[in-house]
Amino acid sequence: MTARPVETEAVADEHAVLSVDNLSVGARHTPLLHDVSFTIGRGERVGLIGESGSGKSLTALAVMGLLPEGLQASGDVRLSARTPARRNLLGVGEREMARVRGDGMSMVFQEPMTALNPTMRVGDQVAEVMLLHRTQPSRAAARRRVVELLEKVDLPDPAHLARSYPHELSGGQRQRVVLAIALANDPALLICDEPTTALDVTVQATVLDLVVRGVEARHAAMLFITHDLGVVATVCERVLVMYGGRIVEAGPVQEVFADPRHRYTQGLIGASDLTGAEGRRGRAALPTIPGSVPPAGRFPEGCVFRTRCAHATQRCETLPPWVPRGPHPAGETAYGHACVHPAGGGTT
Amino acid sequence: MTAETGSGAEPRRGSTGAEPPGVRTGSGAEPRRGSTGAEPPGVAIELREVCRDFRRRRTSLTQPAPVVRAVKDVTATIGRGERFGIVGESGSGKSTLLRLLCGLDQPTSGELLVEGRPIHDQPARRLGWLRQRLQLVFQDPMSSLDPRMRVRDIVAEPLVAQGRHEGNRERVVELLERVGLSADVADRYPHQFSGGQRQRISVARALAPGPDILVADEPVSALDVSVRAQVLNLIDEVVEAFGLTLVFVSHDLSVVRHVCDRVAVMQRGELVEVAPTEQLFAAPEHPYTRSLLAAVPDLHQALAGRTAQDLAAGVARRGPEPGGTA
Amino acid sequence: MSEMQGAPAAQVVTPDDTTPRPRGRALNPSLLIGGAIVAAIVLLALLSYVWTPWPPMRVLPVEPYQTPNAEHWLGTDRLRRDVLTQILVGARTTLYVGLVAVGVAAVVGVPLGILAAMSPGWLGQLVMRANDVLLAFPALLLAIMFAALYGGSTRVAMIAIGIATIPAFARITRSGALGVMKTEYVVAARAAGRSPLGIAWRHVLPNVAGLVIVQASVSFAIAILAEAALAYLGLGTPTGQASWGRMLFEAQTTLRSAPHLALIPGAAIALSVLGFNLFGDGLRDWLDPRLENR
Repeated sequence: MTARPVETEAVADEHAVLSVDNLSVGARHTPLLHDVSFTIGRGERVGLIGESGSGKSLTALAVMGLLPEGLQASGDVRLSARTPARRNLLGVGEREMARVRGDGMSMVFQEPMTALNPTMRVGDQVAEVMLLHRTQPSRAAARRRVVELLEKVDLPDPAHLARSYPHELSGGQRQRVVLAIALANDPALLICDEPTTALDVTVQATVLDLVVRGVEARHAAMLFITHDLGVVATVCERVLVMYGGRIVEAGPVQEVFADPRHRYTQGLIGASDLTGAEGRRGRAALPTIPGSVPPAGRFPEGCVFRTRCAHATQRCETLPPWVPRGPHPAGETAYGHACVHPAGGGTT
Repeated sequence: MTAETGSGAEPRRGSTGAEPPGVRTGSGAEPRRGSTGAEPPGVAIELREVCRDFRRRRTSLTQPAPVVRAVKDVTATIGRGERFGIVGESGSGKSTLLRLLCGLDQPTSGELLVEGRPIHDQPARRLGWLRQRLQLVFQDPMSSLDPRMRVRDIVAEPLVAQGRHEGNRERVVELLERVGLSADVADRYPHQFSGGQRQRISVARALAPGPDILVADEPVSALDVSVRAQVLNLIDEVVEAFGLTLVFVSHDLSVVRHVCDRVAVMQRGELVEVAPTEQLFAAPEHPYTRSLLAAVPDLHQALAGRTAQDLAAGVARRGPEPGGTA
Repeated sequence: MSEMQGAPAAQVVTPDDTTPRPRGRALNPSLLIGGAIVAAIVLLALLSYVWTPWPPMRVLPVEPYQTPNAEHWLGTDRLRRDVLTQILVGARTTLYVGLVAVGVAAVVGVPLGILAAMSPGWLGQLVMRANDVLLAFPALLLAIMFAALYGGSTRVAMIAIGIATIPAFARITRSGALGVMKTEYVVAARAAGRSPLGIAWRHVLPNVAGLVIVQASVSFAIAILAEAALAYLGLGTPTGQASWGRMLFEAQTTLRSAPHLALIPGAAIALSVLGFNLFGDGLRDWLDPRLENR
């Protein structure tokens, strides 16, 4: 896929909030992300799954313009929020990006302990993001809005809670405050990077619910990053499967998880499914993917999964092309796979 | 965390908390491969009203330091050869209980017997026998191996600590091969291995003294999904092959369900429910168990249409979540 | 080993091809350069026992305040002594003071720090409070007290400096050791039946060694400078002996007329401080298996 002319792109993906085209990220000698392309429409919830080192967090950071020092991104990232997607965000300066972050798009990180400033009252931290982007006319108005926002994430006694410091809250409460900050300016895109991984399972359930409700209420697009297939299937409509810095499969959650095509997706589902469809698998040995995820930059040429794939042949040494699996409103990158000997279906 | 105030509303004890009947309850539902007949009967670990209090930092000069009861009246019996799971969320006291089981900490009150011998009133130096019988596998593959030691010395550590120096080299090779690593890794350092391989080394170290009981503390929570299955299979294999008693602590219900014969659910320092695995998952009795089960995002159920709202509703309906630690 | 029988044959996993193979550790540039500087200073100090350009500590029948020339490579001082000879002989005192002071501090401070970290309760508290009291004493004050009791000499000075440096070692060791004590490999060692002493020796010490080495190189520099200050106050190296610190302070009165007399020992001190710091950093990295093959 070569980059199409800028004007046609903006018209073609009119419904798209985020369109990422041929995004590549790398350090000086180590390529980390290759040709990542996807779009997310208004109100659409898309999951990005993969194991550690697959590049899923890097994708989020590249979109947010928050790549760590020493990493360069190339490609095309467009966000259609308050203003239509005229510019490639990768070419935009830091000051411009700062104006977009927390306003047009915002992010919830994994670690609720470090995402808040320990020396600032949580209410002030929520108010700050609104004052910064001037979405509230005055400090007093922002304060009133803070209480509303905290109430929306089901925090008890929000007026009182706004005056407490982060260390006085539990992990789940802190993550709700982080979510309130992320949603404060009604972003067009919410990116969640493993937002519930550090939380207990009962807390996770309520936070996931709040995330979905918050996004639905704003008709916002969401990119939800996780390694937990159960979470993705619960929260998202569509899923992107990443391995070795490439998207190897994409499609609606139902189709991808019930009938995976790429051998990696198939292996991942097999290895993570401890219960089996009937509730319990028994104590039979679990299917595994041999070996372990190579360190960054050490993935093979051609198909990134071929060194761990039982079906690998010589054909896998060249990069498998993207095979669209069916029509999808979000374009051909939204539904398909990159595998020359796919699993399942056959006829489709 | 919705209502910190309402946290005391639940009755403390469900129908179960009390000791499960004797040996290997309910494992009958799941005959263990190959070893059913040769099982030596008996009790591996017995806990009798075990409590552990911690003193908080003093907040006032005049008042005594507040006391927190991390483990409350825990009574349980773990049969020899049983695979016993302990499930709980953060702050449930499961880590404290685990340290007590392993003789790394002493209970404030109550009795704790391993293979019939008391460990609750013994100083560390008189627990040498326990170190041979009971070994541990830890959660964090990065922190559980000393970065400055070679794999050879790590695996041999339990032997050296017990004064064994002869034949360790051969034993280490044997153990490494047993856990699926090649002998030539013995001279490497831990940082040269991936998380899954490090857990294999951890298992090899635990097997070194030839223990009867293996205690696994969240052994797969830090691993990638594709590697998790490998390590779970390995644990299953060695428990089976050496006829070990397994105590498996985890926050992940689906993992415990896969691994264990019997499961204890812990909340705020208490065992609120102990039941054979299938019974616990099919018909949970305690409200807390029910809310835990309702909260787990499961792939199959999600594909069948269960949403995040359903998960949250399940938690809310089954009573308030436990108060978070501030 | 009988229990090994009957085990199903496991699939053998060799480490990935991507894992770096141990190739032995490369010497890093810090270690090489620092090591070369330290080695050069040690060699010069040793050389001074068998050869110096002029007889040491001798007032020569020559002009004072000479700038460097063919006869006296680094010039002569107020007392008509050859500066190069003084530098060579002074290297002995300087090294001696630095090494003994750091040695005293490390030998006492490191075990104290480990003890404080490993004993929860009152013992650890007591050690650290005692440490804080000692920390409140400036090295100079301690040295003055010592000099008043035992008379001023190089040995008294360096022991005083060493004692004053103990808290620095104890503190840094304790903070490092506290971190190590929290790791699961220490719990694993306890569960394996290792004694506290064994844990301190096999796990804690190797893992705080990096911190201690860096502290040692910093303390070494401070010790050299402290010795110079004490010498100046007449509490350390007496007038008749050479040390870089003494030379520096003797040159102070003639800073304008003969700056080289201050510059030369100053440069020697700076170079050795740099050398020890580089050497310390390099050694720390070299000892860390995680930094292999970088």
